[in-house]
Amino acid sequence: MKTLLEIRNLRAGIDGKEILKGINLQINAGELHAIMGPNGSGKSTLAQVIAGHPAYEVYEGEILFDGENILELDPEERAQKGIFLAFQAPVEIPGVPLLEFLKTALNELREARGEEPVDTMTFLNKVKELAKEIIGKEEVIYRGVNEGFSGGERKRNEILQMRLLEPRFAVLDEIDSGLDIDALKLVAKHINEMRSPERAFLLITHYYRILEHVKPDVVHVLYDGKIVRTGDYNLALEVEEKGYDWLLETANA
Amino acid sequence: MPEEVQKEIEEVLSREYEWGFVAPIEEEVAPPGINEDIIRYISEKKEEPDWMLEWRLKAYRIWKSMWERGEEPHWAYAHYPPIDYQAISYYAAPKKKPKYGSLDEVDPEIRRMFEKLGIPLEEQKALAGVAVDAVLDSVSVATTYRKKLEEMGIIFMSISEAIREHPDLVRKYLGTVVPPGDNFFAALNAAVFSDGTFVYVPPGVKCPIELSTYFRINAARTGQFERTLIVADKNSYVSYLEGCTAPMRDEHQLHAAVVELIALDGAEIKYSTVQNWWTGDEEGRGGIYNFVTKRGLCAGKNSRIMWVQVEVGSVITWKYPSTILKGDNSVSEFYSVAITNKRQQADTGTKMIHIGKNTRSRIVSKGISAGYGNNTYRGMVKILPSAENARNYTQCDSMLIGNNCGAHTVPSIEVRNPTAVSEHEATTSRIGEDILFYCRQRGLDEEKAIELIISGFAKEVLRQLPMEFAVEARKLLSISLEGSVG
Ligand SMILES: Nc1ncnc2c1ncn2[C@@H]1O[C@H](COP(=O)(O)OP(=O)(O)O)[C@@H](O)[C@H]1O
Ligand SMILES: [Mg+2]
Repeated sequence: MKTLLEIRNLRAGIDGKEILKGINLQINAGELHAIMGPNGSGKSTLAQVIAGHPAYEVYEGEILFDGENILELDPEERAQKGIFLAFQAPVEIPGVPLLEFLKTALNELREARGEEPVDTMTFLNKVKELAKEIIGKEEVIYRGVNEGFSGGERKRNEILQMRLLEPRFAVLDEIDSGLDIDALKLVAKHINEMRSPERAFLLITHYYRILEHVKPDVVHVLYDGKIVRTGDYNLALEVEEKGYDWLLETANA
Repeated sequence: MPEEVQKEIEEVLSREYEWGFVAPIEEEVAPPGINEDIIRYISEKKEEPDWMLEWRLKAYRIWKSMWERGEEPHWAYAHYPPIDYQAISYYAAPKKKPKYGSLDEVDPEIRRMFEKLGIPLEEQKALAGVAVDAVLDSVSVATTYRKKLEEMGIIFMSISEAIREHPDLVRKYLGTVVPPGDNFFAALNAAVFSDGTFVYVPPGVKCPIELSTYFRINAARTGQFERTLIVADKNSYVSYLEGCTAPMRDEHQLHAAVVELIALDGAEIKYSTVQNWWTGDEEGRGGIYNFVTKRGLCAGKNSRIMWVQVEVGSVITWKYPSTILKGDNSVSEFYSVAITNKRQQADTGTKMIHIGKNTRSRIVSKGISAGYGNNTYRGMVKILPSAENARNYTQCDSMLIGNNCGAHTVPSIEVRNPTAVSEHEATTSRIGEDILFYCRQRGLDEEKAIELIISGFAKEVLRQLPMEFAVEARKLLSISLEGSVG
């Protein structure tokens, strides 16, 4: 199987404070990995570092995508290679209509791949359809990006963007938090529909709930900046039952 | 913001002026300095009638006494070294005065310059439906569409020509909205104004095209003193566009224009500006001083005046397009987006003076500050006791990019009629790193991201501009805010 993303001994942090303390991770094309871990363990930091947030510092290690070290690449270059991040807390961009934002984004990605800009009508219809299905109403596409969106709507909007931009590797940072059960099922459905042999996912969560609907191939537990356990779906079940402290005890043992 | 990001943003913002070049055109320049002889020289060069000379001399004497009394204004939120008015040359004209009949006769250097600026005077303009009265170095060198407009009775020509060809009209309205004694720079302009535009639209006529003038500064040490007078007679309509880019020079250049608008009963004037004078280098050296007096008079009942401005250039801008709402039921709107970057200082806003009954005004101001720029909104809403049921709405939004810039809001509201209502809203936001990162994560580079964010912020203003202008303006906003990254 082909390795899509590989992280080697990654140490990273912010403002001189080390948060990730030596992460090793290998994700093959076609797989869905879940990362679980308590609040503050560094899950979002990992997501931001993969996407290239300029505020984070990398002290050591490599992130290989398709075998190429991407640490020197700008965030947009990583995006153009097919890396997508669904943010834990998506920002609001007032005055910029979602429709225009999505069109600009899609065309930038297409241009990087040497493709023509999308046809306006085809695009409009597709976005309307996705908005209706995922956010529940079409009119949101004319509003500013996330402007006046509820927490749940923002999460759904991340899924909408993932579907539209069709990345090869998607990091979903707590996509499930703040969603009711119906929304959770909807999100899971879209993730499942997108799974394919060429594509991989890294799903960050601290709840077992979503994993019932999106069966992960591999489950990792992140604790204090380190991956302390890796297993299959059953590991998530165990964490759900016994909590993280149990894990730490066995990890230290 | 971390220092690294801050640096990156600064680097992005430090793009060189794209249109900074100088066209070598031979010019006739008056010796530097200002005195009664220079004013006589200007008036004579322009073959003006005696009343015009007298008007200028009177203005000069007003200016001189203001100067002697130390009345040069220093109150705006701007700082600059003293201007030596005796070091400025007050007149420049191209030596070979081209004929107006055909564009082919226009100096090829001038035409090349227009082309470089992306403003072809010929078919492209016709396609865009824009007639151009191009002012280069204070003298009009080309006029198009004149015939067509003439047939409708619309007068659209340089003010120098109008003084000769339509003296009664000019004399009737010139200085009625901005009298020579209004302020220091208005007095200076009245004394030495070089050229400008005159528009008259007869009763009931709707001007079918956007009238447009491109102002340029092309001579070092030559102050520009444009004078524009637009009169819309009863129930007429006209939309006028003014846009400018300036060649790069390393000396400060003074620009003190006066614009007067007069709307009679039921008439409507829309005045749009895209201002892109040279901003100076990183330290502000060489930028244009843009001290402008723009004022409209809603003279008649149900008249309407709309100001739309996109202010991008100049190292210092003082500019308060204002409207006097005299006619009952008259309406005025002011839409502005102003960018300050590098060392730019803009002090801009509007004054709405309500006199008539049921008068309405709406002010939408968007200030964007980046680099070491300082952006001040200075607005005044004055509702006089006579203005029964007057309404004003003011919205004033500031956006900051980086940590070294500033935004200031100085509103002044004076309501002297109990039935009148004035509302004011203001917001300040910052293009934060997180918004930028969100856009970049979706594949937009920094330049695209800033363009998108800024045009979202300024949307309400940009959509008031005529279509072709809006695209140009949007481009200009992003160019002025960032550069060729990578
Ligand atoms: N911008 C920041 N500045 C300082 N500390 C931060 C910043 N972001 C995260 N941290 C710290 O890093 C640790 C990990 O945070 P985070 O990656 O958000 O964890 P998680 O997503 O697992 O809850 C926390 O202790 C948090 O306080
Ligand atoms: Mg998190």
